[in-house]
Order: sequence, then C-alpha cells, then structure tokens
Amino acid sequence: MTVFKKPHALTDAPFHYCPGCTHGIVHRLVAEVIDELGIEGKTVGVAPVGCAVMAYDYFSCDMTEAAHGRAPAVATGLKRANPDNIVFTYQGDGDLASIGTAETVHAAARNENITVFFINNAIYGMTGGQMAPTSLVGQVTQTSPYGRDPSLCGYPVKICEMLGELEGPEYLERVAVNNVKNVKTAYKAIKKAFQNQIDGRGFSLVEVLSACPTNWGKTPSEALKWIDTAMIPYYPLGVYRDRTAGILPDSFKEGTV
Amino acid sequence: MVVFQEDLCKGCSLCVDACPKHILQISMTRINKKGHHPAECIDQEKCISCAFCATMCPDCVITVER
Ligand SMILES: Cc1ncc(C[n+]2csc(CCOP(=O)(O)OP(=O)(O)O)c2C)c(N)n1
Ligand code: SF4
Ligand code: SF4
Ligand code: SF4
Ligand SMILES: [Mg+2]
Repeated sequence: MTVFKKPHALTDAPFHYCPGCTHGIVHRLVAEVIDELGIEGKTVGVAPVGCAVMAYDYFSCDMTEAAHGRAPAVATGLKRANPDNIVFTYQGDGDLASIGTAETVHAAARNENITVFFINNAIYGMTGGQMAPTSLVGQVTQTSPYGRDPSLCGYPVKICEMLGELEGPEYLERVAVNNVKNVKTAYKAIKKAFQNQIDGRGFSLVEVLSACPTNWGKTPSEALKWIDTAMIPYYPLGVYRDRTAGILPDSFKEGTV
Repeated sequence: MVVFQEDLCKGCSLCVDACPKHILQISMTRINKKGHHPAECIDQEKCISCAFCATMCPDCVITVER
C-alpha cells in the first residue's frame, strides 16, 4: 500500500528550486490540500514574481501570472468574475510585503474571498539575496553586509500582526515548514484557508516561514534550524485571526475600544 | 519501504535528518543526472513507513510504501 506519493495537483515538472529550498514543501502542501478537497478542476492559482515565478508549471490546476506584488488584485478580478472558482495566490515576502503591500492590505481590508499563501523567507531570493522588509535585525544580506540596522532600515514587517488589526480579514495564521510537526500544522492551515473560501467566509492568509539556504549562506539543515532560532522568536507561530472561531486581536475584545 | 525517484534528488539531506530510524544517507559514491549525490536507504527492513522523510523532501523524490 502506498502511504505517501506526489500529489495529483502537481505536474511532473521537476522543481527548479535550489537544494533544500522549502518552496517545494509549500507547493506540495498546497497541492495535497487541492487533492483532498477535490477542487483541482475549479482552482485557479496566481503565481508571483520571485523564485516561485514558474509555479504555473508546477500546479496541475489553472494558473496565471501577476505583475510583481499584484497577485491579490488579479485574484480579486478572477474571483469576482467567476465566483465558482477557487482562487489562490502564492507570493514571496518581497512580492507581498514590499512592492505589493498596498494590494495585500486592501484585499484584506475588503475581506475579499480569496486565499493567499505568503512565503516569508526573510530575503529577496530570486534576485540574489537582497534585504527584504522582512529580513531580521542584524541579518546579513547582499544589501546589508554588516547586518540589518534598524536605525537605517527600520524594523522587519509583521504581516499577520499588521493585518490582524484590520476589521476585514477572516483568517490569518503563521506557520513554518522546518520540521515534520510544523509541516503538519502548515497543512491544516492551508486546508482551512481553502475551506474558508469554499464556505464564502472571505480573506484567508497563511504566512509560511520558509528557508532560503542559498541566500542565507547556510546548508539546508542549518537553514531549517535558523527558522527555529532566529525567525520564530520574531515571527511567532499561531492563529492571529479567525473570525468564525472568535479569535481576534486584543484591540477587538470587548471593553478595549 | 521507501522508493527514491533518484534523478529528482538534489542531495539536500533533509530526509536524512528527518528519519527516526537513521537508515537514510547521501551516497558519496554515486552521482545522479542532475549532478547531485542522491539520498539512499541503507536498510529497508528497518523502515517503519512513517513518511517523515517524504514530508521533509522539498522535491517529491520519495514514495513510501507499507
Ligand atoms: C516591478 C518589478 N520590480 C522589481 C523586480 C525584481 N524582482 C524580481 S523578484 C524580486 C523579489 C523576490 O523576492 P520574494 O518575493 O521574497 O521571493 P523569493 O524569491 O524570496 O521567493 C524582485 C525585487 C521585478 N521583477 N519587477
Ligand atoms: S534562491 Fe532561495 S528561495 Fe530561491 S530557490 Fe534558491 S533557496 Fe529557494
Ligand atoms: S518512512 Fe520513516 S523510517 Fe522509512 S526511511 Fe522514511 S523516515 Fe525513515
Ligand atoms: S530530501 Fe529529497 S531532495 Fe533532499 S536528499 Fe532527500 S530525497 Fe534528495
Ligand atoms: Mg523572499
């Protein structure tokens, strides 16, 4: 009996990602959920600009490509024109949290009924490892060779916390794919983010802490450990908002407004 | 039992780290089509089909059978 095989919602095309790049794990999880929910035939994905730019080759469902950072706007149009489709975006941190911040914030504020996967690897991977808005304080990158200095570059942007303060979004969760347990949690979050759209609940975003061994200058194993030791302390995992389940930031709790 | 689609392997060793039975290794004597030293199983008898290796493989190289 087969207990594990490549999901149907991935094509046979081999990933072009670097050895140990966890974009591959996130692709697989998204595809596994598409299989489990039986939605491949009506799902449309929007690929980003970034290392995942060729995601359209890897998913078996319909795919399109958006200009850098504009995936939530493209997804909004797709979903409003064809409400029966299940529409997701797959975006890096340079894409979603830098050039595309406006699209992200407003899609969340409108509670647009789309599903967003946000792959936070704290770097611009594709372009050779420049500092991202999400790069950590002290993190050495091509454009912060002495480490990110907050007095020059400000502090890293926390997307789940930031969007959590909006009235709009239905569901925000931060997960990681650096060990088996975290990958299983990530699977559940991705499934919930799709299910919310099927149920018409609105904007769901899953932030996935992901490794870029190449531009972090680490082995794949060291990179997964760095997620634990450096990323998770600044970007705590967990559910930041789940309106249906009544999980809201403190500022929304009774008596605080 | 684990089956590797060896030519897709990039030798990242994340499966090796994940295996609770310590039966996976990176082959230092073989090179695949991509030019990587691929992962291999040194003792299929000890495999408990937990699929931890496949869960952590970024490249869908591994199929797990019971
Ligand atoms: C309009 C525009 N500006 C800049 C670029 C250059 N560019 C390509 S990818 C990228 C950032 C990629 O980083 P991220 O979104 O974090 O994805 P990753 O590669 O890390 O997965 C940038 C700035 C571009 N392609 N288009
Ligand atoms: S540069 Fe980084 S994010 Fe891009 S494929 Fe390589 S490891 Fe992955
Ligand atoms: S299925 Fe489990 S025991 Fe078997 S090789 Fe993979 S990790 Fe090891
Ligand atoms: S995790 Fe996958 S790609 Fe990496 S060494 Fe193991 S089989 Fe090869
Ligand atoms: Mg990035």
